[in-house]
Amino acid sequence: MVALISVVVLFAVVAYIFLNGMQVISLNFLLKSPNYAALDKGGIFPQIIGSLCLLAVCLLFAVPLGIASGIYLAEYATENIITKSVRFFVECLAGIPSIVIGLFGLIFLVYYLGFGPSMLSGGLALGFMILPWTVRASEEAIKTVPHSYREASLALGASKWQTIRSVVLKSAYPGIITGILLGAGKAIGEAAVILLTTGGLVTYIPHSLLDDVGALPVYIYMVLTVVPASRAVAESYAFGASLVLIMMFLMISVFALFLRNTYVKRMSGSRR
Amino acid sequence: MSDSECIRTFKFKFRRMELRKEKIIEKLLFVSALSSILIVFFIIAFMLKESIPALALGWDFFFGMTWHPSHEQFGIFPIVVTTFVVGIGALAIAAAIGIPTAIFLAEFSPRWLRNIIKPCVEMLVGIPSIVLGFFGLMVLVVFIRDSFGGYGECILAGWIILAIMTLPHVISISEDSIRAVPKGYKEASLALGATQLQTIRRAILPNARSGILASLILGMGNAVGETMAVLMVIGNPEIPWIPSSILEPVRVLTSTIVLEYSYVVWGSMHQHALFAIGVVLFVIVAIFNLVTTVAVKGRFGATTAIKGVIGSR
Repeated sequence: MVALISVVVLFAVVAYIFLNGMQVISLNFLLKSPNYAALDKGGIFPQIIGSLCLLAVCLLFAVPLGIASGIYLAEYATENIITKSVRFFVECLAGIPSIVIGLFGLIFLVYYLGFGPSMLSGGLALGFMILPWTVRASEEAIKTVPHSYREASLALGASKWQTIRSVVLKSAYPGIITGILLGAGKAIGEAAVILLTTGGLVTYIPHSLLDDVGALPVYIYMVLTVVPASRAVAESYAFGASLVLIMMFLMISVFALFLRNTYVKRMSGSRR
Repeated sequence: MSDSECIRTFKFKFRRMELRKEKIIEKLLFVSALSSILIVFFIIAFMLKESIPALALGWDFFFGMTWHPSHEQFGIFPIVVTTFVVGIGALAIAAAIGIPTAIFLAEFSPRWLRNIIKPCVEMLVGIPSIVLGFFGLMVLVVFIRDSFGGYGECILAGWIILAIMTLPHVISISEDSIRAVPKGYKEASLALGATQLQTIRRAILPNARSGILASLILGMGNAVGETMAVLMVIGNPEIPWIPSSILEPVRVLTSTIVLEYSYVVWGSMHQHALFAIGVVLFVIVAIFNLVTTVAVKGRFGATTAIKGVIGSR
């Protein structure tokens, strides 16, 4: 009985948001810019695009760095003080509360480096947040590649880097992508970091990296707290935005789970 | 130079180039592996630099009873106390639901049911915290206001929302540590005539204890660091005080930062105090994580397992 509580809660939240959100969603809502003076005349198009842009910047930063670190930890490094401290600091970074990363983004990216509240600051701060996920996911995925693959490739005369690039990464990539997608699902719903590193009430689509950008989680927060609108309208718009956000998140994670399942099946198939 | 010699030198040069490339790649990978260390150092350095003026207030900052920025009073003690109250309460609820769930999943559950529950629990982790907070605001807060009175936005609402958020961690780590208990213990206990419940209580739980504890401490760290969901349901009064009932609106460390950063005067003591709150939060969560790491390390150690068996007799 007790075990079912988490299932019930999950369905209750999703169903509640879905039922209330559906009433607001229309083409106008999805494709218009927000109008903060008269909320019910606007939409959330820039926020959807903004969320995706932030996610892109974040992944562009965290994915190459994470995969490279993972390769180094799994393939090159011997167990010594350096790899131990790298692992320790990756754990540290994973444990830092998102609000602290937001504050760091505010002082370092926005003020010290002078990026201002922009897409670049927000994306990089998100990147700091999910970097540990990408590092761990790639290290784990690379470690599960059977040793015989590597030995076969090396025996054929391939160099170490060639082996990693065309043998190890090729069989590890579904695992890596799953890890990255789970990180992306976390990044897209993150509000605290983006709230501190980008502006709040944005009505346009960003044209460059240094433009300000709106994101769905921040929009929900702003609509409920700052924007002057009647309570009912604000709530219904927040429902609509929540629904879009949940849909994005569900798509990402269902895709990740699907990928993982096919990957597991394929791996167990090849062993038989 | 004959043809074959020419080819040989060329091959040699080519090989050297290849080797050089390999070396460069290895260096590049090494540098990127160091990036996480660099980022953590940058975070610590910048947070400390910004917060030193406030941390230098010492006693007045850590144990001051009033947080009233417009009167230049920055005592975070009530906020820290509430943060722990909210975190511990949430954890108690999460433990009360999570540990039985973990036992059920690991010991009793048929396979098909587990295949439904497990992905749902995993999904629950990822529901955007702002959405969960909004749900709490619309459903929980209204429910509490109607049935218990008061503002509705209160510690109780914070407990429930945070319990939902920490539940998945508690369930999955506890389940793993219950599964890690060697099968032989269970079989030995059953063979001695113990019932299944007795076996779980006397043989399995004592051995899985450190893993379960670790999951709780980790959940506590998450609960303390959680921002948006809590922010939306706990009310956040202008001047925080130490609450005397669970139906009072309160304010936690994270919500203070989010609410006040937007109107803070840059370079003022207020701004330094907000960053100092960030440092305090960082330290609290780091301590929880460190304790978890130590506890998990002891989990598979033979000594704890043996002690558990002997202790339970």
